[in-house]
Amino acid sequence: MKNTDQKNPYLPYPGRIDAITIETEDQNLKTYRIILEKPEDMASWNHIPGQFAMLSLAGKGEIPIGIASSPTEKGHLLFTVNRAGVVTTALHKMDVGARIGIRGPLGNGFPVDEGLKGKNIVIIAGGFAFTTLRATLIYMLAHRQDYGKITVIYGARTPGMLLYKEELKAWSQRDDMEMFVTIDQDAPGWDGLVGFVPTIAGQVAPSPENSAALICGPPIMIKFTMPPLEKIGWTDDQVYLSLENRMKCGLGVCGHCNVGPVYVCKDGPVFTRAEVQKLPVEF
Amino acid sequence: MKILKLDNSDLKTLLTRWNETRDLFSPVEGNGKVGWQRIEPLAFNEPAEGVPRASIKVFFFPQPETLLEYSTRSGDRDAYVPRPAMGKGRERIILGVRPCDARSVMLNSLPFANDPYFKVRKDTTLIVGFTCERPCSTCFCSWTGGSPMGTEGMDIAMTKIEGGYLAAVLSEKGKELLGHLHDTKEASPEERKQLEALRKQAQKGTGPAGSPAEILRKKALMDLYNATFWQKLADSCINCGACTFLCPTCYCFDIQDETVKGKGRRIRYWDSCMFPLFTQHASGHNPRGQKIQRVRNRFMHKLKYFPERFGPLSCVGCGRCIRECPVNIDIREVMRDLLSIQ
Repeated sequence: MKNTDQKNPYLPYPGRIDAITIETEDQNLKTYRIILEKPEDMASWNHIPGQFAMLSLAGKGEIPIGIASSPTEKGHLLFTVNRAGVVTTALHKMDVGARIGIRGPLGNGFPVDEGLKGKNIVIIAGGFAFTTLRATLIYMLAHRQDYGKITVIYGARTPGMLLYKEELKAWSQRDDMEMFVTIDQDAPGWDGLVGFVPTIAGQVAPSPENSAALICGPPIMIKFTMPPLEKIGWTDDQVYLSLENRMKCGLGVCGHCNVGPVYVCKDGPVFTRAEVQKLPVEF
Repeated sequence: MKILKLDNSDLKTLLTRWNETRDLFSPVEGNGKVGWQRIEPLAFNEPAEGVPRASIKVFFFPQPETLLEYSTRSGDRDAYVPRPAMGKGRERIILGVRPCDARSVMLNSLPFANDPYFKVRKDTTLIVGFTCERPCSTCFCSWTGGSPMGTEGMDIAMTKIEGGYLAAVLSEKGKELLGHLHDTKEASPEERKQLEALRKQAQKGTGPAGSPAEILRKKALMDLYNATFWQKLADSCINCGACTFLCPTCYCFDIQDETVKGKGRRIRYWDSCMFPLFTQHASGHNPRGQKIQRVRNRFMHKLKYFPERFGPLSCVGCGRCIRECPVNIDIREVMRDLLSIQ
């Protein structure tokens, strides 16, 4: 599924911004729906949930962003982008119709068709790290019979900082998955869970038997989510993390994203916690 | 392997012929420094001794290199759609490449295996190497899997002897370069023996016993990473990055866009893991924010991470980093320190 037949790996596919959704109350997170300009590029696009792509703004540069859409959502790609640096700031100023390059898909992705098949899945996400887990969840729901019980725990600072609010509501109403949405502190008008993700995870996480956890969030959240899981018997090889590091080429060459001998861009971004524990803490 | 015996006039003839269709480069001495220069066959005697200040990577991984071009004029139909910028250029012959530099091209082609730009440079550049008669005090190629008589990465390997050169023909392209001399100038059995003796003599290395690459591959990653000597190194290192820019096998790069009056290019240029910004996230978080982490990363990449991935060390023992380091850090000491960790 990797994009090896693309002759020049530095050349992005031309695309256009088809729609922009402002996700959060601080307006710092927007979801861009991108359509590749050439129909054949769009038709042949395929990726694994958890992979990323380079968003390429000619004149500004490139940024690695997780693909927020599932490969089962055909005809477009979704990227949820936090405004932080030069390229993301430029992107946030762009309008629908603007040209944008897409280089990818890059990296390995979650093993949705191998290691995760047949297992109970726990998705644990904090803040705006929910993006590739959204892709994964949608993929799994589209192949529902391939997985056991699906549990999602998602937290943000405030109700207004949650991503994909409409979809969260829809998922909460499904009876083939369990959805726990939490915010850090109680807020007016909020009738859901209140508490940090690790606390909620400790309360609702299922038994580790035949299960896998996919965790994305700030390092501090991951750190505090592990003890409650370990307490009920989870081990490091059942836990999948998605790392991020500064990247330039996305091809495992330029040297920016290495963590010891592995490149986050090429060997990752998805690693089991057992794999990460063997590496220097350089992410 | 075919060995030819060429005299000085043969070399002159060859250079003149090569120069008709290709660009010739060689290490040339000037102002007490050896550098790569275009050469004119008639005014050229022989390559300068020792390794040039800049490594051979300037030919294969130019500084900077244009990857893509694009227009930012909104009226253009293809505005903001980059297209590849891949000029083939004239073929080049680099004469007098020392075994360490020639070997570095082979080592760099491991990470750049799928890189179309590196491939074009490699396909259009021929290496006529010169083996080394006398090692410099900073040379240690034999520690790293190379040899002063090494031929890896070369199309032709020349060894200076009394009255001319013994030329080992190492590739099809090398054979083509030699033209009719390939068939008329075969070395005598005595001359072949002479070359064999020189090669044998060169194998008597002075470095650590065994193959450092193999020994380090077997050592536990985190034992090497957590060694105490890194702090001592970090204390003296000033993170200037000179070693990374001079090193033939340092290949880290950055990619940036440059736009002038609506015409833009996406370039890649040398970067260094010695620099704090190299790893800094847009959030401000920096996974290698401390100097010790950066110093360690450079040596660990060369001596442990690269061997784990590709086999050999990412070091050819050219000694440039030892020669030019402003605070006298010596990679040979780092290797010894790592090899001694149990």
